[in-house]
Amino acid sequence: MKKIYMDHNATTPVHPEVFEEMLPFLKDEWGNPSSIHWAARAPRKAIDDAREKVCAFLNCSPVEVIFTSCGSESDNLAIKGVALAKKSKGNHIITTRVEHPAVLNTCKYLEKEGFDVTYLDVDSEGLLSLDRLREAITPKTILITIMYVNNETGVIFPIGDIGKIAKERDITFHTDAVQAAGKLPLDVKSLNCDLLSISGHKLYAPKGVGALYAKRGVRLVPLIHGGHHERNRRGGTENVAGIAGLGRAVEVAARDMEKENERLKKLRDRLHKGLVERVPHVKLNGHPEKRVANTLNISFEFVEGESLLLNLDMLGVAASSGSACTSGSLEPSHVLLALGLTPEVSHGSVRFSMGKSNTEEDIDYILEKMPPIVERMRSMSPLWDEAAKKGGAIAFEKKSC
Amino acid sequence: MYSDKVMDHFTNPRNVGEVPDADGVGTVGNPACGDIMKLTIKVEGGVIKDVKFKTFGCGAAIATSSMVTELVKGKSLEEAEKISNATVAEALDGLPPVKMHCSNLAADALHSAIEDYKRRVAG
Repeated sequence: MKKIYMDHNATTPVHPEVFEEMLPFLKDEWGNPSSIHWAARAPRKAIDDAREKVCAFLNCSPVEVIFTSCGSESDNLAIKGVALAKKSKGNHIITTRVEHPAVLNTCKYLEKEGFDVTYLDVDSEGLLSLDRLREAITPKTILITIMYVNNETGVIFPIGDIGKIAKERDITFHTDAVQAAGKLPLDVKSLNCDLLSISGHKLYAPKGVGALYAKRGVRLVPLIHGGHHERNRRGGTENVAGIAGLGRAVEVAARDMEKENERLKKLRDRLHKGLVERVPHVKLNGHPEKRVANTLNISFEFVEGESLLLNLDMLGVAASSGSACTSGSLEPSHVLLALGLTPEVSHGSVRFSMGKSNTEEDIDYILEKMPPIVERMRSMSPLWDEAAKKGGAIAFEKKSC
Repeated sequence: MYSDKVMDHFTNPRNVGEVPDADGVGTVGNPACGDIMKLTIKVEGGVIKDVKFKTFGCGAAIATSSMVTELVKGKSLEEAEKISNATVAEALDGLPPVKMHCSNLAADALHSAIEDYKRRVAG
């Protein structure tokens, strides 16, 4: 069966160059990098080299990089670490309604622990108002945490401008750049951020490795207490192979990014245009321009996303959806609801996120297969009947699930 | 994550559509939650002669709708009333736990259609 992977915002395959870089540390160079003897030398050097590469990628210095186990850990360490370190100065945190759960649920946890959190709204295209952000700041605000790129829609937030606002008010600023890494330049100086999270497996490194940039002078209470690893900010013997892989991955990303973005944007826009031409009642979710090149989030009204994904999967196409049915919860995507989509339209969203493996043939294949799938599912949908009769969407009473 | 039977009913759903001049119509679910089912029945001599469904929902919602139509076609109203959401899920060799509550509404739609039929007869 044909296999097309269009879920790169969920995870990416390990790049062959990354794989090669990791191999020695899964085979012969198994030493503990903290040891004093011969077995430690190559692993220690691998970590140092990887740190240098991540520094080049982020434009920072080696003492400012903390290797972690994943993007979620980086987010947790940044947010809880700063909140705890600064709790004598204030208890107010500002974030947005469209963050990844790693940020949202960390903030919700801190609310239970006595912190106040402001969740900023976005507009119908998924954009933030910087005026609202300024208004939300209080003398008690200790942390602003706002994502660089939205994982569901691909919308880009103006992190440099947000960082400037934070700096003017002397507030620590963290950005979850997990979806931006490899898609946008990540210069922490021009982004004006104090902390920045990245994850390996979103940029062709393996799962199980991430990093947090923490500007010199930013105090963090560790999540994992232990040995002296990562300058006492993250205990635990290092994931040497993963870290070596991440180092190689950021090099490859920086090298290939510009060309790859150009290519992916063409593919993405071709898919979007083709779907709009072939399928009625589709709607792009997120700002059409202020968006990373690889992401297309599109709603097919009157049908449910999971059933579309199952049909696509049977034809070998891997994508994802903002439908509740794919997330294990009953509520549809909090991101799409925040954009003002009705729950039923949110349920009908599909996210195609492109990457290195995708080609024009992939797009043509989806453009051929998708219209009959939507048509068939609509022919079974009572909402489609109603809409056809009335010439528009029907209103249902609003209740929670 | 779905059983072969679920995938079979999802891929080749039975009795899709609406019974013309239905004797009973049952609509349950909430599109906000991602599921809405509409079941129409034709009743003759206390027996469900025909039944069809239309569903907006996930794989489980479509498969349970399809399965319930198979289970009740030709059954008496009394027999049909005994069919529960659990019966439907069982007939499909089970559903993933998360789907048991959100998308397992087909028997509710059936009971709602039977109630509608009884109201019409009484009315």
